[in-house]
Amino acid sequence: MGSGRLYAAVAAGGFRRYATYRAATAAGVFTNTVFGLILVYTYLALWDEKPHLGGYDQAQAVTYVWLGQALLSTLAIGGSGVEVELMERIRTGDVAIDLYRPADLQLWWLAADLGRALFQLLGRGVIPFLFGALVFDVALPGDAARWAAFVVAVLLGMAVSFGIRYLVALLTFWLMDGTGVTHMTMLAGFFCSGMVLPLNVFPGTLGDVVRDLPWSALLQKPADVLLGEADPWSTFAFQGAWAVALLAAGRLVQSVATRRVVVQGG
Amino acid sequence: MWIRSTMAYRASFAMTTFANFAVTALDFVAILLMFSRIDVLGGWPLPEVAFLYGLSCMAFGLADLAIGSMERLGQRVRDGTLDTLLVRPAPVLAQVAADRFALRRLGRITQGGLVLGYALTTVDIAWTPLKVLLMPVIVVSGAGIFGAVFVAGAAFQFVAQDASEVQNAFTYGGTTMLQYPPTVFGKELVRGVTFLLPLAFVNWLPAAYVLDRPLPLDLPRWVAFASPLVAVGCCALAGLAWRAGLRTYRSTGS
Repeated sequence: MGSGRLYAAVAAGGFRRYATYRAATAAGVFTNTVFGLILVYTYLALWDEKPHLGGYDQAQAVTYVWLGQALLSTLAIGGSGVEVELMERIRTGDVAIDLYRPADLQLWWLAADLGRALFQLLGRGVIPFLFGALVFDVALPGDAARWAAFVVAVLLGMAVSFGIRYLVALLTFWLMDGTGVTHMTMLAGFFCSGMVLPLNVFPGTLGDVVRDLPWSALLQKPADVLLGEADPWSTFAFQGAWAVALLAAGRLVQSVATRRVVVQGG
Repeated sequence: MWIRSTMAYRASFAMTTFANFAVTALDFVAILLMFSRIDVLGGWPLPEVAFLYGLSCMAFGLADLAIGSMERLGQRVRDGTLDTLLVRPAPVLAQVAADRFALRRLGRITQGGLVLGYALTTVDIAWTPLKVLLMPVIVVSGAGIFGAVFVAGAAFQFVAQDASEVQNAFTYGGTTMLQYPPTVFGKELVRGVTFLLPLAFVNWLPAAYVLDRPLPLDLPRWVAFASPLVAVGCCALAGLAWRAGLRTYRSTGS
């Protein structure tokens, strides 16, 4: 399995690369904690007014906030994963070099992004979550099975998140400047993943629609698995289906896009 | 020049402008979604929360428009491009502020203005000449306070270099916090943003006066008029911090 080792090395490289920026990581932890604090207070006021909103009690709502802060950069919910670099390589034409490497373009970037995500989970996610769990009243499961199911849901969330961002990055082949789509991805990511407000609080049809979109696989579904509000197996099926669909679409768009690449110069 | 450069990619510019408007509006959408389930939050009804939101958003938007580029200072310190600015015959602060000036930042002000307009038409205020006079003063002093936070954050980056996200906690975090009523937050937190980092003077204190609500922390009513003084004080302190930061600057290299 030579190629398996290659992608493992790429993932390890992605992990190490993000681990280099220690001051930036510490700053991120601080910022996530501050935003978590602000959100916790507003959620507590909201749940004070309406207990059991969306089927959560207060402790569950607080846990949800800290999960969101822990997963925000892990799952690159607002973007800013490896796709930023890929877009830059497409814009400058460096992607041509990637294309004649003896590695698959999509798998290469998937591996790099998984490495990045694992570092962000350990480096940026754990501390705000522990802070929240120690300072506030939270609802965490005691059994190992539910924690294991949560980890699987987060891993599947990583695949869905990459699937979305890879498609977005490929758009640069046509648009050349990726700033606009990056902003749109951020918008959709924050609103549809449950980062702004848990999706089960969204009213009526709007709620039904956002809960079925791929973004709900990023925060809402893993959170519900940990909080015991969703069946793990049907959650895995939902996330897996979206991951497969998005990665397949990415592959299709990639083959169309790379046929457009013209290598200049002599 | 920066304006023309962004117009080069039209589709991208249109999307960026829309998204920027929508991203800043997202906070208000969250508030609207909350109020679709409740009538008051922390004892404040929607029009009054919108009033707070509009004031905070306008003040922050003005500061961001003027000197939002300060965030990028850490990068300049790291790659050494700050040297270019040092040799030019213009104040460094002004040059950093004008760097990558982006028209899209108007999105936040527009959106804050719209929400403030909505709040003013729905909220029940017993207007007095003094209150009318206070309104523009609130927005300008608020912008001054946020501007001071931006500059102080930039000064901090001379030391911290790639820790620009710490600044986000105070700028973006601060404006998010001020969009909600002070009654929502713990007393310690309110004390912190009143006496340590005086963000409460951006809108909580003067807005409580305009809405005839008791001031947070049982502060006397005259405190609502202290915002301009606080803004001037903050700007002076931030200016000192900036000069101290600039003096410690050593270019990259070994």
